[in-house]
Amino acid sequence: MKISGKCVKLGDHINTDLIISGKYKYRTQDIRELAKYVFEDLDPKLKDRLYGGSIIVAQKNFGCGSSREQAPRVLKAAGVNAVIAESFARIFFRNAVNVGLPVIVSDKEFIMSVKEDETLSVDLSLGKVYALGSGLEASIKPYPEFMLKIIEAGGIAEYFKAFKRFPWENI
Amino acid sequence: MSTIVEKILAKSSGKNSVTAGEFVLSNVDVVFAHDGTALLAVESMQEIGIERVFDPSKVVFFIDHASPSPSPQISNIHSAMRKFAKKHGIRLYDVGSGICHQVLPEEGCVKPGSVIVGADSHTVTHGAFNAFATGVGSTDAAIAMSTGKLWFMVPESVKITVEGKFKDMVMSKDLVLHVLGEVKADGLTYKSVEYHGSCIDGMSVDSRMTIANMAVEMGAKCCPMELNSATEKWLKGRVSDFKEVKADKDASYVDELYVDASKLEPLVAAPSNVDNVKSVREVEGVEVDQVFIGSCTNGRIEDIKVAVKILGDRHVKARCIVIPASRRIYYEALNAGYIDKLVRAGCIVGFPTCGPCIGAHMGLLGDGEVAVSTSNRNFVGRMGSSSSKIYLASPATAAASALEGKIVDPRKYGEGR
Ligand code: SF4
Repeated sequence: MKISGKCVKLGDHINTDLIISGKYKYRTQDIRELAKYVFEDLDPKLKDRLYGGSIIVAQKNFGCGSSREQAPRVLKAAGVNAVIAESFARIFFRNAVNVGLPVIVSDKEFIMSVKEDETLSVDLSLGKVYALGSGLEASIKPYPEFMLKIIEAGGIAEYFKAFKRFPWENI
Repeated sequence: MSTIVEKILAKSSGKNSVTAGEFVLSNVDVVFAHDGTALLAVESMQEIGIERVFDPSKVVFFIDHASPSPSPQISNIHSAMRKFAKKHGIRLYDVGSGICHQVLPEEGCVKPGSVIVGADSHTVTHGAFNAFATGVGSTDAAIAMSTGKLWFMVPESVKITVEGKFKDMVMSKDLVLHVLGEVKADGLTYKSVEYHGSCIDGMSVDSRMTIANMAVEMGAKCCPMELNSATEKWLKGRVSDFKEVKADKDASYVDELYVDASKLEPLVAAPSNVDNVKSVREVEGVEVDQVFIGSCTNGRIEDIKVAVKILGDRHVKARCIVIPASRRIYYEALNAGYIDKLVRAGCIVGFPTCGPCIGAHMGLLGDGEVAVSTSNRNFVGRMGSSSSKIYLASPATAAASALEGKIVDPRKYGEGR
């Protein structure tokens, strides 16, 4: 599976309140509507740069904070094709896998060196990520098999619809 | 050889033993969601296409985050939750019952050694009762609600040993803030944190819950604690025939930390990261607009009691909102005369809700306002305006700061002063 998008760089500890503030979460259940407020407290203009296919490249502990699944869903709805980070908070990571937003752990050097706005391409099967502008490449942390299946299906609901079972039944 | 989490997950996945790093498919004993997450879980069930609940006695809903409803939209969420609960015969704790992490153990739903998943990150709180309790998102909650099972990676464990006694006006909140300052906000990501030592053994249930509650602020997956006599006593009459799960003496930990409780002083997490920990002395004098004493971290009777003690017959200078975490706590505070004293001191005493903790209702902050809050997160915009600032502190520090309208070291109001 291959994913590509425009690089949008963010820092450490991007929490779920920054991704989508708790105050909006109660206003509407509509993810597309919520996506209008993505990253509002961080930078209200950021949402325009996500639109149309982007890959967020963040540093440590991306998605820390609350368990709100609206966070990965909103990112997906806002045009984010994947998130690459040095590390993720665990609930966010699980939620992203479940809703079919690829979350990718890669090394710090790559993350620090890629350039804003350049095109990135990820090959999940080969376990590689490429920065097309600067010509860099790096390995990504491999997924356990059942998790890769969920991501490739586009989320757990899609997987279940296609196979009528969950992929972890034999782990 | 095994840590607490390894033993619990081995049993719940039908294995003799498991080790850190392994993936398991575990049975789930309790799954719950609240008005911020339940509807999305219900939608996820529909999306997946399984619309049954695996065991109605093991699924619980709470209306606690914005409760009673401050808007028609939220009222609709609440109605939809009530409808689902009725249809599937599951328990729903409605408006006024209290915060999920307080009500669940109070109602006897948390058993030592059990597996609890909640669609809320602070589900780790139930580790105070020796459970493997972890927060999940709505889709995982949906899967657990409909199948009674969920996959987990068995986490590595970290051991934190706390010896000695707190000095006067130092509380377990200060201990957990201290640990957070040491390990940082991602220091225990994916890990199980076990607290041991004489300080933990001698601690009240209220104080232990505060510690387990904030494990997630360090990124931890769970915080299963061994029982102590206070917790055993508390559980009796609420939970029958339970068996504690203890760590083996030679269990393996990836890291250890030692804390001397007698050396701790009142601390805060200054804006706007939970690990921006400073001593109260360092920030003393910062002007405060609002104080919030409540939340699943510090909205218990012990917390209200210390606030009442500090306030005495004086009157607060900052707006001070006090919200007991559950109806039972509210009632206890009422019977003890605390509510009377709080109201006389000029506090606003609310009904049980998460409310201001998450900026849902009951006292949102305006532009540039400063709050001292006993809750667990001080992220930008958490309690209202994105230019407001939050200092996380113990109930003692919060009450002392409410009295003076600025951040104050509570030891000023302690014994012998
Ligand atoms: S009190 Fe705050 S932290 Fe606790 S469950 Fe409610 S919103 Fe979450």
